[in-house]
Amino acid sequence: MFVLAVRFNLARWALAAGVTAVTVLAGGCSSGNGDAAGSPGGAGRSGGTLTFAVGTDAGCVDPQQAGSSDTVYALRQTVDSLTDQDPATGKIVPWLAQSWEIGADASTFTFHLRPGATFSDGTPVNAQVVKDNFDAIPKLGALAIQATGYLSGYVGTTVVDDLTAKVAFTGPNAQFLQATTTSSLGLVAASSVAKTPQQRCSDGVIGSGPFVLSGYRPNQSITLVKRAGYAWGSSLWTKPGEAYLDSLVFKVVPEAGVRTGSLVSGQVDAIGRVGRADEAALRAAGVGLQAYTIPGVGYNLGFNNARPIVHDAAVRQAIMVAVDRRQIVDTVFPSGTQPATSVLARTTPGYRDLASAVTFDAARARSLLDSAGWAAGGDGIREKSGTRLSLTVVWFANAATYQPAVELIQQQLKAAGVELVLKELQVAQFPQLLKSGDFDAMWGGNYSRADPDSLRTLYSTRLGNAYRLPVTRLDTLLAQQEAEPDAARRQDLVGEAQELIVRDAYVIPVVDQQTELGVSPRVHDLTFAVSGDIQLHDAWKR
Amino acid sequence: MRRYMVRRLAQAAGVLWAAYTVSFLVLDFLPGDPVSAMAAGGLQTGQVDQAQLAALQHQYGFDQPVLLQYGEYLGRAVRGDFGDSVTTGRPVAATIAAALPQTFQLTGAAILLAVLIGGGLAVVATITRLRWLRQVLLSLSPLAISVPAFWVGLVLVQLLSFRARIFPAFGDNGVRGLVLPAVTLALPAGALIAQVLGKSLLSTLNEAYVETARAKGAGRVRVHLRHALPNAALPALTVVGLLVGQLLANAVVVETVFARNGLGRVIATAVTVQDLPVVQGVVVFGALVFVLVNLFVDLVYPLLDRRIVVGGRRGLA
Repeated sequence: MFVLAVRFNLARWALAAGVTAVTVLAGGCSSGNGDAAGSPGGAGRSGGTLTFAVGTDAGCVDPQQAGSSDTVYALRQTVDSLTDQDPATGKIVPWLAQSWEIGADASTFTFHLRPGATFSDGTPVNAQVVKDNFDAIPKLGALAIQATGYLSGYVGTTVVDDLTAKVAFTGPNAQFLQATTTSSLGLVAASSVAKTPQQRCSDGVIGSGPFVLSGYRPNQSITLVKRAGYAWGSSLWTKPGEAYLDSLVFKVVPEAGVRTGSLVSGQVDAIGRVGRADEAALRAAGVGLQAYTIPGVGYNLGFNNARPIVHDAAVRQAIMVAVDRRQIVDTVFPSGTQPATSVLARTTPGYRDLASAVTFDAARARSLLDSAGWAAGGDGIREKSGTRLSLTVVWFANAATYQPAVELIQQQLKAAGVELVLKELQVAQFPQLLKSGDFDAMWGGNYSRADPDSLRTLYSTRLGNAYRLPVTRLDTLLAQQEAEPDAARRQDLVGEAQELIVRDAYVIPVVDQQTELGVSPRVHDLTFAVSGDIQLHDAWKR
Repeated sequence: MRRYMVRRLAQAAGVLWAAYTVSFLVLDFLPGDPVSAMAAGGLQTGQVDQAQLAALQHQYGFDQPVLLQYGEYLGRAVRGDFGDSVTTGRPVAATIAAALPQTFQLTGAAILLAVLIGGGLAVVATITRLRWLRQVLLSLSPLAISVPAFWVGLVLVQLLSFRARIFPAFGDNGVRGLVLPAVTLALPAGALIAQVLGKSLLSTLNEAYVETARAKGAGRVRVHLRHALPNAALPALTVVGLLVGQLLANAVVVETVFARNGLGRVIATAVTVQDLPVVQGVVVFGALVFVLVNLFVDLVYPLLDRRIVVGGRRGLA
């Protein structure tokens, strides 16, 4: 049996602490907040309230069900996870679990919990409650799509002893370890597990996190207060014990201009979803902009590989190099956004830099199409035996950047002789679209996950296979990485998988997904967690 | 009187039914259904559990033929049961009840402001002897009507919250938080009142009974306020009744800009996720308020103008 054990010790803890302090800058902090990284370990000031303006309220305050980052920013603070993930290295590190072992085929996971952690209702965080949580998650229903996905193939949890829980799956499931770092699998007290999914959504849940939910007003605000006596923080955090801030208020402010103005005029301390248009006003006011490239799969143009025209690999490969990613990033997305260099974003563990292939090369695009027999027609659009090189691209209007992005790609491809017909759909049409496959390409396709298993989720023909990929060696690689508990060997497998996807151009990676926050200069050490959530245990306010 | 009331109540029921039916049809014409919109959370993973989706569609009855759905929902709506929100699972009635105080405060304050601003403007504009002032004042209202509430709101926030820092920019924090959104909402409404009342005052001032009052030696202000205004106010009262509809509509925008959790926000959110039960509930509730206010206005009419008799036996005047 292959055993991977990580013993919690002080030296490791201190090292990790130092690493986190600089991580936010590594993510691409572009300006301001001079001492954001300058106060490691206890230099902060306790007390105060941090007010954070977000754009939306998804209507559910259960971290296991909530999917929208606007809501997760708040809920992440209320629950602890079994493990945490270092944004700098992608390594899984202790949190509620001091150590763990992974079975040889990555189908069992044994967690050794730290003693002494309690939920805010006083009940202990023990192996039984881990079991209760995991047993209940698959039954949470449609909203908990992330959490239920992480637990697919779940067989059950064995309570080995009070602090040891062994989780078993029907088959290999290497991604599960990283999944335990997410707030979707954050642990809630037994009394919350017993509630219905809808009760949990509207009333919230009892967690063991550094903050406790004290008020939720739909469409208005989420209020959290500091958990007194908290002493079981992630090994990545700099401050031992309780959080600095007394309370956190997340206000829902839908209008971007109002969020920006409120931050500049000091009515709030931080805002989410900073867009390109808001940056100038914020910079002028001396507000710090913190950007972070979200791990996982970034924005891309994903083909329905079964459709006649894009079935031709030459067409897909030509489009791969006909897209000028730099121009798209510089025109449409917030500053600091990076052009894609692989199908995985550069911050994803297991990412392989394929910038030489994922690049802009108009001449190569033309020659690829020429040699595949696509000749320029009368209006500049290429044709081959009477068929126009015209593709229907569907997109969903659920982010402000999408329309300008697809329109720019449309222009860029026209220069290569490829016509894109853009078709906007409503989000509610997505399930139907997947079923019908009625698209040549689909814009978006992003998936936030700090684990290379996101490739399997999206591109394995054994799952949804939205892009109608053919069965190839890619499937084998994706299955092998799922069963590979050794991080280094898994990295090789997912590296090769990325190469195959890019070589055959099943999808065209365009930009890495980035999120940008505006943070008042009074606020210090507000950091990103690896998934793009924020970590407010260490944050403090002057 | 009784026959009149019965007729008006029948009309009101007709209006409510029409509001319900039209909103149902509009939502039905939208592609997809509320459950698909929710399941499209799977937009991220590129996966949708089609079996689970089908089960949910069945649970909410979205797999039934449209007419059957319509009948079922209407039957329950008649009994006052609008069901549960598809996205939050909360009963629609509770969702509306939670948002109602916000919207009442906002629209109440806005109506009050609108009457004060609009009435004041009309009176000053018609009482003044300065021709140019009258022209300027009377042309203010078309201007205020034509400027979108969204823009007014953002300008007010910019000037009085971000620059001058007098009022909070958002939230439902007491009277101070109410000022900016209420003013934003009141401006177009007040302009409409000013327009109608101004015109009506001008024509009333030319009527014979006003001449008589003047001839009897009543002062200019007394003639204006005591003799002309009560009669001139009648058309403006009708407008106030109609304004309730406009205010509820503008509340969608104003509550979004100022981040207030009123009915406008509720319906705006519900429409984007196609939360059919919530949309229907709010639409019917809005129509109900509209109908009741206008019924009230009609009943108040004869109290203000003795020439009007409600419910037949005309020719008494």
